[in-house]
Amino acid sequence: MITLTHFLVVSACLFSIGLYAVMARRNAIIVLVGIELIINAAMLNLVAFGRYDAERYGGQAFALFAIVLAAAGVAVALAIILNVYKHYKTINPEDINQLKD
Amino acid sequence: MQALVFYAFAAIAIGSAVILVSMQNLARALFLFFIVLFSVAGLYVFALADFVAIAQILIYVGGVLVLMLFAFMLSNKTLLDQLQTGTAHFFALPVWQALLISCGFLTILVYASVHLGSHQPTWITTAETAGSTIAPADSTIQHIGIQLMTRYLLPFEVISVLLMMALIGAAHLTRKEDRT
Repeated sequence: MITLTHFLVVSACLFSIGLYAVMARRNAIIVLVGIELIINAAMLNLVAFGRYDAERYGGQAFALFAIVLAAAGVAVALAIILNVYKHYKTINPEDINQLKD
Repeated sequence: MQALVFYAFAAIAIGSAVILVSMQNLARALFLFFIVLFSVAGLYVFALADFVAIAQILIYVGGVLVLMLFAFMLSNKTLLDQLQTGTAHFFALPVWQALLISCGFLTILVYASVHLGSHQPTWITTAETAGSTIAPADSTIQHIGIQLMTRYLLPFEVISVLLMMALIGAAHLTRKEDRT
């Protein structure tokens, strides 16, 4: 029998891995992948708790909204990464040290 | 049998995520992200959210990952140069600090979720005793459609406007500056 705790432990692992990727890696695309892992962990929690809500389907509906938010975030973030790359010729966040042209 | 498949999906997801964050090759890391997303979609099916699983595969694997691969290919050259300079300054935080923080988060979250079994929220226990949980035979797609068009109509509209704004913003950010 798969209980709620199983899902929560799996999503805790995914969250920690994503947090590590955001903090430790020095490539903007991998940092973005880490953020996506964190969003996926949150969505796994939403869906796991949503199993007990057959009346409103809140968990699954808001998991769908979270997917849309993640997609919008990725589109804008990748546009910014490409612009930064055009300007600085690098996507290492530590070499990007000024906001003005 | 069911638990075995669940453990297999969970192990694939966590294992390939661990390899992903420790890998230097960006292209391989992105394809491992592909595997993570597929197995997380499998876990959604175990939580009886089949529509969310299909949406995950369609949007993430079909859209997000292709975008990431494009960004990788367009910013490829510097990456190889950066790899050739060695691993001396490859990390933002030192690895041990990041490991410490994420392991701390992991222990706190696992502790909390293990203890959730004995202190379940009341709405979960009432739903379990009343038998109003989602059954495997329920048609979730029909219910989600009805709820999206009635109870969650405002968030639905807000999120569609936000998605349009994000797409316009992304197109605006990546346009050519020369022909103003």
